[in-house]
Amino acid sequence: MIMELHELTIHQLHDLLVKKELTSREATEALYRRIGEADGKINAYLMLTEERAFRQADEVDRKIVRGEEIGDLAGIPIGLKDILCTKGILTTCGSKILGNYVPFYDGTVIRKLKEGEAVFLGKLNMDEFAMGSSTENSGFQTTRNPWNLDRIPGGSSGGSAAAVAADECIAALGTDTGGSIRQPASCCGVVGLKPTYGRVSRYGLVAFASSLDQIGPITKDVEDCAILLNGISGYDPSDSTSVNVEVPDYKRCLVSDVKGVRIGIPDEYFIEGMDPDVERSTKEAIDLFKKLGAEVKAISLPHTPYAVAIYYVICTAEASSNLARYDGVKYGFRSDRYEDLMEMYARTRSEGFGKEVKRRIILGTYVLSAGYYDAYYRKASQVRTLMRNDFEGAFKEVDVIVTPTAPTPAFRIGEKVEDPLQMYLSDILTIPVNLAGIPAISIPCGFSRGGLPIGLQIMGKHFDEGMLLRAAYTFEQNTDFHLKKPSLI
Amino acid sequence: MKMDIEKVAKLARLELSEEEKKTFGNQMEQILAYMEQLNRLDTTGVEPTSHAIPMVNVFREDEVKRSVSREEILEISPDQGDGHFKVPRIIE
Repeated sequence: MIMELHELTIHQLHDLLVKKELTSREATEALYRRIGEADGKINAYLMLTEERAFRQADEVDRKIVRGEEIGDLAGIPIGLKDILCTKGILTTCGSKILGNYVPFYDGTVIRKLKEGEAVFLGKLNMDEFAMGSSTENSGFQTTRNPWNLDRIPGGSSGGSAAAVAADECIAALGTDTGGSIRQPASCCGVVGLKPTYGRVSRYGLVAFASSLDQIGPITKDVEDCAILLNGISGYDPSDSTSVNVEVPDYKRCLVSDVKGVRIGIPDEYFIEGMDPDVERSTKEAIDLFKKLGAEVKAISLPHTPYAVAIYYVICTAEASSNLARYDGVKYGFRSDRYEDLMEMYARTRSEGFGKEVKRRIILGTYVLSAGYYDAYYRKASQVRTLMRNDFEGAFKEVDVIVTPTAPTPAFRIGEKVEDPLQMYLSDILTIPVNLAGIPAISIPCGFSRGGLPIGLQIMGKHFDEGMLLRAAYTFEQNTDFHLKKPSLI
Repeated sequence: MKMDIEKVAKLARLELSEEEKKTFGNQMEQILAYMEQLNRLDTTGVEPTSHAIPMVNVFREDEVKRSVSREEILEISPDQGDGHFKVPRIIE
């Protein structure tokens, strides 16, 4: 089989660069050609940064010619979710209110990737302020699922997952507040990892819900996931919630062996209304783990049914507070229809924010307002403790927990736009991970009868990304779902 | 619980159209009803979680470091003049 250049993974391209069989410029050109062919259908990119990309690529190529050693990410063309602040490059967060925002600084992950000499192809579409599960809430465009253009790519990192699936970048960064890396990875048949809260610095990530947000990799395989995680992890004094614990070399965790690994299966995740293909694929995946020598046992996470209710109190409360900063004074959009200050605030925010963002600000303002705080915010934070305790108890007995990533494959564009509660419920299996702050990965584990990808979620203990990668790598080495490509023609 | 949507919108500095008030109102009612299920749980004596990873205050040395220049900050603001952000008159 002859592989097209845009189909390469990080590790494959790195090997070719080192062997001088290909230059970073050639790879970057191939990716932009691919974007030219495919993105008219997919709408993954909000903006391309070609000039800078070729400059970055040429620098790496010169290094290779000089015989210098290069890092794993050097010269690798990647895409960035447009929620990450990039110095001198438009950063819209999928919102009209930041439609003209050009940051004067790089977020920490961007700085790290620049130090690692990665090539940035452009900025990827997302639900406005990362609020959504389909990219239909983007202030600019709806991204389509490469496997079926009538379907959503998932969200909020839908642009990132679709771009990786359609080979419009070698890998991408996404962010995950309630499933926004894992659910789109599941919908698009790629690998997505949400790290432990505090593993990756949030400095320069436009804030949605600060106690839940994490940046993570979206890649074509598990090895690439480990490589990109290596590139972005670590303590950062600029983010007081990043945690100062040692970061292992995640590539060393890529061991194809699960003998004796204890895998928990929580009954509560096999919810009513789950798609039968999803259930079947998940059970087959669990059987494979058993066959490979893992110890599989039933566990209980009894507070799972409360996850969505807790989440939509906490994330909207935090969002209403975080988004108070968009006032038309310091940066971003300002309405031109106002007489006085109050009118300027209200018009700027009402014209600048989209529907879902307004809905969440209103909900968050309400649950934090005098008289309702105890009934909603405090109560939800208490139930969050119970949910955390569920996981703590479970992880005394097992090393990882395996579930489906989403209850259904990608739904149709337009299907849930008018019904926010139904949209919220599509994240029911990913939200508990964020509430507990634990890491989780989604990997391809099958296809529906309609040909749509299905994702398997593996959750781990705090800072035990290594075990997730080991289990995921073992699964991948024994299956070929990750090698299947959508045919875009 | 029924939300006074106009009051909440005002607190949030949002101006809603009549249509938004109506659809949001209905949707809020539905969402808040869904959240009611939290009240089925007895949480007496349960400590609330505000961060999943327990953390104490983080301090750093009080050192002078390079910060962003006033020009860089003002350059991206919607309206500025004489080294300041410009907004409508606040005090009459």
